[in-house]
Amino acid sequence: MAETDSYETAINRTDRVAEFEDTRRGFVGTVQHVLHTNPALVPLIVLVLSILTFGVLQGSRFFSPFALTLILQQVQIVGIVAAAQSLVILTAGIDLSVGAIAVISSVVMGQFTFRYGLPVEVAVACGLALGTAIGYLNGWLVAVMKLPPFIVTLGMWQIVLAANFLYSANETIRSQEIEANAPLLQFLGTTFKVGADESGRGGATFTYGVIFMVLLVLVLAYALRHTAWGRHVYAVGDDPEAAQLSGVNVKRTLISVYALAGLICAFAGWALIGRIGSVSPTSGQLLNIESITAVVIGGISLFGGRGSILGTFFGALIVGVFTLGLRLMGADAQWTYLLIGVLIIAAVAVDQWIRKVAA
Amino acid sequence: MKKLLTGTALALAATSGMALADGHGTTACLITKTDTNPFFVKMKEGATAKAEELGITLKTFAGQVDGDHETQVAAIETCILDGASGILITASDTSSIVSSVQQARDAGLLVIALDTPLNPIDAADATFATDNFLAGELIGQWAAASLGDAAADAKIAMLDLAVSQPTVGVLRDQGFLTGFGIDVKDPSRWGDEDDPRIVGNDVTQGNEEGGRRAMENLLAVDPEINVVYTINEPAAAGAYEALRAIGRENDVLIVSVDGGCPGVQNVADGVIGATSQQYPLLMASLGVEAIAQFAADGTVPAPTEGKDFTDTGVALVTATPVDGVDSIDVAEGMELCWG
Repeated sequence: MAETDSYETAINRTDRVAEFEDTRRGFVGTVQHVLHTNPALVPLIVLVLSILTFGVLQGSRFFSPFALTLILQQVQIVGIVAAAQSLVILTAGIDLSVGAIAVISSVVMGQFTFRYGLPVEVAVACGLALGTAIGYLNGWLVAVMKLPPFIVTLGMWQIVLAANFLYSANETIRSQEIEANAPLLQFLGTTFKVGADESGRGGATFTYGVIFMVLLVLVLAYALRHTAWGRHVYAVGDDPEAAQLSGVNVKRTLISVYALAGLICAFAGWALIGRIGSVSPTSGQLLNIESITAVVIGGISLFGGRGSILGTFFGALIVGVFTLGLRLMGADAQWTYLLIGVLIIAAVAVDQWIRKVAA
Repeated sequence: MKKLLTGTALALAATSGMALADGHGTTACLITKTDTNPFFVKMKEGATAKAEELGITLKTFAGQVDGDHETQVAAIETCILDGASGILITASDTSSIVSSVQQARDAGLLVIALDTPLNPIDAADATFATDNFLAGELIGQWAAASLGDAAADAKIAMLDLAVSQPTVGVLRDQGFLTGFGIDVKDPSRWGDEDDPRIVGNDVTQGNEEGGRRAMENLLAVDPEINVVYTINEPAAAGAYEALRAIGRENDVLIVSVDGGCPGVQNVADGVIGATSQQYPLLMASLGVEAIAQFAADGTVPAPTEGKDFTDTGVALVTATPVDGVDSIDVAEGMELCWG
């Protein structure tokens, strides 16, 4: 009898002791269950459906490698920032300062190069460090000072934006000057084509910024799912007290998430220079709202602890597909905003419905 | 300042800065949309310099972002309370501000709209602004003349400001099309034209990112676009990046409006073919003079003949002048530029 109590026998036991009954679910219940276990599935389905719809309506004009990769280019900044936003929202927080961090980082990269004559590599490193530092400060205020994330980042948004305008005097650094003196700043805007014709038209067009966005999403998706840090992020978002009791260092996890979000936003600032060519202190004003939109459409719960970063990526792409598709159809740009509004509410409604499934 | 005055041929008789030495004790208010846009920074600079020269007190206010209406209303109320003689305002919301402006006028203040006319335009005592329709017309004429016979089958992208169609954007857009020789249908809105040469309209929010996105969208509609109208120079710079990404930056004509220093530099570098330059510093300094005059003897500034506002001038800046369209060269444009 003592034998059955040992660890090895318990772990290797083959006879069933107890299990959840999983038989009377029905079709709707099964769908609900599948969606619950794969939170990125809903946005993926919406994405595929919207691409197919616009493809049917527009034919090859939309359904071409050129147009489809153009969407990737158009969403790259929002996509990168939304990845940072996802991390924060997974901890049941929110970061309203993401856009401001991206812009001030790009301004620092530009001004350090052109105003102080620093080597461009150093300037880029300074920009990335500044973004991380602002994120760290956000995290410290949230985790250690116990201030609500909404308030902390609302304040930080204003502080950083004002600092950005004060420091830059709202001066734009022109694309031509950057190209001549500091091409590294435009590195993430470097374009390469696959399958273009002889004159360089058409074909799939990628930029390093797009590649960076995709790699970032994949790396974060892996880290969130398969590393201790990633599981801690989910645990903290789900229930910080339970996480604390089971030995997760909640403060350190929160600070690391906000600091990492700051760093990612700084990379977004770098990609922004590549995208628009110049360093412009007035760009990126709506990035915080756009990134939250992508996160919500991507099915990440604003209450924390649930959702997948792949969903965010699909959410950003859905917005991009609707924007370009509707423009190609010649629709008034207001229709895009209207439909995105509908998508946001629909996404949250679906999220609520999925929540009802027994876990 | 002197260069600016000599550089633009203007009928300034109505508001010429005569000896207004008794301006002491007079207060003027300047209310701008934001204090971050270089255009308004230059405006503030012009107003401050002129106020110092005339010995009057200038108080400046600005909304936090473009479109911040509440702050501007509060600023007008503050100025009335303060006993100011007059208000210079670039309104964020040209219709909604009218009731507050009326309050100020009822309280005996002179209200001058700078750069952006109110809706209706006579809601202010006077308007000192760029003739935006003319600004558009100049670049339209220049583009048509530069293309020559090819203008008949041009493919035009229209990069506008915003879907709400603010007057400044409509005037420039419709001016450009008129200058180019295209029937604009209803001149009070863009987008209703049916000329096949127009590939499409898209909006840019007047910045680089918006300019690039709008250009990409229209290139997806027709990759053969060869003329690009842009609402302002940042949008033009964004459009250029989109063209550069597909290797078409050298065979497309980009025209714009504003005359900011980076924009004029872009004309020098061949990014922008031609731009219509406007003069915010002049608007503000003329406005301060008008308020000083009003405080001294109650004179209300008269509008430019044949227009319902005081035209502060516009000049076409290009490195490649064409016959029949007056223009100034890049060097002169750089001397007069703002921001």
